[in-house]
Amino acid sequence: MKKEKTKSMHVAALVRDTIVHMILAILAFVWVIPIIFIVLLSFSDQKGAYVTHFFPQGYTLANYVKLFTDTNVLNFPQMFMNTLVVSIFSCIVSTLFVLSVAFCMSRLRFKMRKPYMNIAMILGLFPGFMSMVAVYYILKAIGLSEGSMIRVALVLVYSAGTGVGFYIAKGFFDTVPKALDEAAYLDGATKRQVFTKITIPLSKPIIVYTVLTAFLGPWLDFIFAKVICRADSRYYTVALGLWKMLDKEYIDAWYTCFAAGAVCVSIPIAILFVFMQRYYTDGMSGAVKG
Amino acid sequence: MATRRKKRISEFESPYTVANAFKNGNFFTRLGMVLMGSGNFAGKQIVKGFLFLAIEVSYLMFMINSGFDHLYHLVLLGGNEQQEIWNEAKGVYEYTAGDNSLLFLLYGVTTIFITIGFICFWRTAVKSGYKAQCLKKQGKHVNSFVDDLRSLRDGNLHNALLSLPVMGIVCFTILPLIFMICMAFTDYSKQGDHLVLFHWVGFKNFAKVLDMGGSIGQTFGSVLVWTIVWAILATFLNYILGMILAIVINRKTTRIKGFWRFCFILSAAIPQFVSLLLMRTLLQPNGLINALLQNAEIITGPLPFLSSATWARIVVVVVNLWIGIPFTMMQVTGILQNIPGELYEAAKMDGAGPVVTFFKITLPYMLFVTTPYLITTFTGNINNFNVIYLLTGGAPTPVGSTAGKTDLLVTWLYKLTIDEQYYNLGAVIGIMTFIVLAIVSLITYRNSGSYKNEEGFQ
Repeated sequence: MKKEKTKSMHVAALVRDTIVHMILAILAFVWVIPIIFIVLLSFSDQKGAYVTHFFPQGYTLANYVKLFTDTNVLNFPQMFMNTLVVSIFSCIVSTLFVLSVAFCMSRLRFKMRKPYMNIAMILGLFPGFMSMVAVYYILKAIGLSEGSMIRVALVLVYSAGTGVGFYIAKGFFDTVPKALDEAAYLDGATKRQVFTKITIPLSKPIIVYTVLTAFLGPWLDFIFAKVICRADSRYYTVALGLWKMLDKEYIDAWYTCFAAGAVCVSIPIAILFVFMQRYYTDGMSGAVKG
Repeated sequence: MATRRKKRISEFESPYTVANAFKNGNFFTRLGMVLMGSGNFAGKQIVKGFLFLAIEVSYLMFMINSGFDHLYHLVLLGGNEQQEIWNEAKGVYEYTAGDNSLLFLLYGVTTIFITIGFICFWRTAVKSGYKAQCLKKQGKHVNSFVDDLRSLRDGNLHNALLSLPVMGIVCFTILPLIFMICMAFTDYSKQGDHLVLFHWVGFKNFAKVLDMGGSIGQTFGSVLVWTIVWAILATFLNYILGMILAIVINRKTTRIKGFWRFCFILSAAIPQFVSLLLMRTLLQPNGLINALLQNAEIITGPLPFLSSATWARIVVVVVNLWIGIPFTMMQVTGILQNIPGELYEAAKMDGAGPVVTFFKITLPYMLFVTTPYLITTFTGNINNFNVIYLLTGGAPTPVGSTAGKTDLLVTWLYKLTIDEQYYNLGAVIGIMTFIVLAIVSLITYRNSGSYKNEEGFQ
C-alpha cells in the first residue's frame, strides 16, 4: 500500500516536471525567436521593407557589406566610431564621478551629506529629458552644439549629471568593513589613502559594474542623442542611425541592413551585458566574503 | 524625532558662523563682509585672502558688465518688441534679435545661480576670516594655504571629491531643470507666435492643463489615467510573472537551469531599442506576424496591432513583458535563493500547496526586500519613454489631438516640446509628472514594510 502511494507520487512528480519543462521550452522559444529572426533577416537576400516568410528565400552577406561600405547616406562605420569615442570618454568621467560621490556618501561624514542625498533622490524623480531642451540651449550658448563639438556635448550630456546615480556603488561601499578603514587610520593613513588603497582595491565587482554601465549608456540611449544631434547625421550614434534606417524614406533600401547593424551592435553589447550582470551579482553579495 | 534631528545638526556645528562673526568679529573680520578676504589677510592667510578677493572682484565685474542687465531682462523677458534696442546692447547678445526672450531667461537664471554661488563663497570667506581671527587670538596655528591644500586629501576630502560631480549636476541637471520650470510660467509656445518673444503669465498654463473642460485638460486627464494604468500593469505584471519564472527555473527538479536562464538573459542583453524597433516592424499591418497569420489562413485581414487603441495598448504591455520579464528574473533569482528554507519546510509540513506558499511566504518576503526596487521600476515605467516612443510613437492619434492613445506623460511632453513647440505646456507636464511620481513614491515608501519595520524578516 505504502509502496504504491510513493510510486503514484513519483509518477505525479514526473508528469508535473514534464509539464513544467514543456512550458519553459515554449516560453524560451517565444523569447528567443525574435532574436533568431533578426539574425536570419540580416543574411536575407530579399529586397524591400517587409518580409512574408520567417526563413529567407536566399542567403547572402551583401547586407553586411553594404552596411560597412555604402557610407554615402548612412555612414554606419562612422556612427560606430562616434559612439565608441563618446562612450569611452563619458565612461571615464562618469566612473570617476560615481565612485567619488559614492565613497563620500558611504564613508565620509560632513554637513551637506544628507541634503545631497535627498536632492539626488528628488532629481531622480524628474523625467530625464524634461531638461533636454534646456540642456540643448545651454550647450548652444557655450558653443557646443555645432560641428565636431557635438561629440563633446554628447560626452557632457552622458556624464555630467551622473553624480546623482551613486546608490548602487554606495550600497557596495557600505559593505566594506569599517574596521579596515579604522586600522588604516590608526596607521596614520589619510582619507584619500583609505579611498585609493583600501576601498577601491576591494571593490572590483562594483567598479566593473559602474564602468560597464557607463560605457553602455551611449550605445543604448536614443533620445538624448536625437535632441543633441538634431539633423547632423555625421555625429549620429548607432542607436540613432539604426532608428533612421527604419524611417519611411530609408526603410525600403535599408531594412535588411538594419538587421545586420543590429546584429553587429548587439553581439558586443550582449557580451558586456552578461559580464556586467555577473559583476552586479557579485557586487550585491558584498565586498569581503566571510 | 525632534531631539534626534537636533542631535544630527549639532554633530557638524561649529562656532565659526556668520552670525558669530558679526557679533564677535574684530574690525578686519567685519571688513571681510564687504571686502572679502580681509579677515584672512589679518590672519596672514595671504593666498586665501587673495583668492577670496579675486572672486569678489570678478563677481562684481561680471555683475556690472552684464549681470544686472541679465537680471533686469529676466523680469521683463524682453517684452519690448522693438528689436533694434537689443542690437545696441554692447555686443553682449551675439544672437539675432529674434532669439531674445529665451536667452534672457537662460542668462537671467544663470546669473541667479552665479549669485547664489557667490553668496556661498561670501559665507565661507566670512567664516574663514572669523576662524583665522579666533585661532590667532587663542595663539593656535592658523592654517597656511599649503595646509589647506593638504587637508583636501584628508579632513576635507569630500570637498575635493565632490566639487566636480556637483558642478556637473548643477550645470547640466539643476540649471536646465530650473530653466524648464521657469518656462512653465511663460507663454513660450507657437500659439500666438510667442516663439521669439514671450512673457511671464503666472499660473495660466497650469490652469489650462488642469481645466478638464478644455481640450488640453481633457487630453491631460486621459493621458494621466493611461500613464498610471500602464505603470501599474507594466510594473506588477513584470514583477509577478518574472518572479514566477524565476521560481519555476529555481525548482529543485528543473533540469538545465543554466540553459533556461541563458535563453531569457539573451533577450535582455540585446539593446532595447533594437528589440523594440524589430517588434515595431513585425507588428505592422504588412509585417511578419500578420503575414504569417494570413499565410496560415488564421485571419483574413491584417490585425490592427498598432492602429487600434485597444490593440495598441495591449501590444505595448505585452511587448514590455517580453522585454521586462528577463530583467525581473535576473533581479529576483539571487533574492529567492536567500529565503530561509525552513519557512518552506514548515509550510510543507502544514500541508500548504505551491500557490499558498507563494502568496504566504514568497510574495511577502519578496515585497519586503524589493520595495525600493519596485518603486524604482514604477518610476522608470512612468518615465518609460523608449517602449512607447519606439514601439507605437504614441499612435493611434485621434485627429486634432496632440497626444495619442498610447502616449504617456513623458512621450506627450516630448511631442509637445520637440514636435509641437508648446514649450510652456511641455514644462507643465514635466512638473505634473514629477508631482505624480513624488506622491506615489512617498506613499509606497512610507507604507512599505522595509520602511516601517526594518528588521521584519531578519
